[in-house]
Amino acid sequence: MSAIPPPISMLAELTHRCPLACPYCSNPLELLKSDGELPTEVWAGIFRQAADLGVLQLHLSGGEPAARRDLADLVGAAREAGLYVNLITSGIGLTEARLDALEARGLDHVQLSLQGVSDAVADRIGGYAGGFDRKMAVAHSIARRGLPLTVNAVMHRHNLDQLPQAIALAAELGARRIEVACVQFYGWALKNRTALQPSRAQVAAAKVTVEAARDTYKGRMQIDFVPPDYYADYPKACMGGWGSTGLNIAPDGTVLPCHAAQTIPGLSFPKVTDLPLADIWYRSDAFMAFRGTDYLPDICQGCARRDRDFGGCRCQAMALAGDARAADPVCRHSPHRGLVDRLLAEADDRPLETTDFTYRR
Amino acid sequence: MSADPLVLLPRGVRLHDDRVRGRPVLLGPERALMLDDIAHAILTEVDNCSRESQIVTRLAARFAAPEAEIAGDVHEFLSDLRDRRLVDLLP
Repeated sequence: MSAIPPPISMLAELTHRCPLACPYCSNPLELLKSDGELPTEVWAGIFRQAADLGVLQLHLSGGEPAARRDLADLVGAAREAGLYVNLITSGIGLTEARLDALEARGLDHVQLSLQGVSDAVADRIGGYAGGFDRKMAVAHSIARRGLPLTVNAVMHRHNLDQLPQAIALAAELGARRIEVACVQFYGWALKNRTALQPSRAQVAAAKVTVEAARDTYKGRMQIDFVPPDYYADYPKACMGGWGSTGLNIAPDGTVLPCHAAQTIPGLSFPKVTDLPLADIWYRSDAFMAFRGTDYLPDICQGCARRDRDFGGCRCQAMALAGDARAADPVCRHSPHRGLVDRLLAEADDRPLETTDFTYRR
Repeated sequence: MSADPLVLLPRGVRLHDDRVRGRPVLLGPERALMLDDIAHAILTEVDNCSRESQIVTRLAARFAAPEAEIAGDVHEFLSDLRDRRLVDLLP
């Protein structure tokens, strides 16, 4: 294996607390309580370690990071460490006074989630009445301040048909960038897959919409598209390869290669309160487990795409094939591809909106 | 679009010295662009009050190169960054 590169980005999940209850939340099914969260000064130390390790981009996330009363101090500590600080938020809880404080402490960028383009859809998906109106008020305040804004439009069966309106809304809000993020099926989203998985026709229409919008908004708003991965012939190069570009820190300091890594049995994840971050990145069993491609099955070893997609996503192989070392079942060469095709066919056969959500709570 | 736009780094986009990798990088919203020497030279001339032609003139002087030779590269580089919203080009 070639030398392990330093990480570029770090996602700090400051808390699992959140006023919203989105059924596709990327948090684990077992949510941590507030008494397990790390205090301000411990996070500040982690930010300094991350910068020393080579992290450039810090994403402050959750749960809802605004649920942390010390959010502005955390932003300040991260900027002092030399990191680029992005706040990933629903907007709920960001009062004018708090936005003032975040700006004063040097917040670089806000990524605002969008659950839907109207209060009816957004509040039903977020499970929080009044959330959409409050989010819009925050979005307008961000625009007035000139804070750079990305809209993260989370798309699935219930709102993919409104993608043109979501893109138009992001542009109206003055976003420099929209991330059209189709729900990926891990954690809560996997639990709610029947309700959330779009039809093939919806996905095909979304691709056309995105292509057209890229022309329309060229130079004004960048449009990034995260397609739903079951619909491709080849898997995504998940995380750019396990343990190669980024890391996540859970609210209690557990260091993870990705959101869903804890769904893989047999891996143990160290805490940054027990070991230096550099040791965890370069030497821990969890980060070493799937680095490179040596562990991949023969079907991947002989494939021309091996060094492009690294056999796809380990957590998806686990979720679908029950084996984290298998080829990602999305790959059309995988012996498990039939599972994915069956899910696609079933999603086409279901009426569009019949299934209730299991909300994240 | 002006033929000779005013070039600005928007708020939230900044040059950063990556001490771990030992190279300059342009940081923007959820992006880190590792810069080669040419890209870095162009961006160090973006002072938020110069037009593209003035940047070309200064770079030509700095590197003792004919303006005509570098103007195309500078234009292409800045237009590409504009499309990614990492620089603003104003009339």
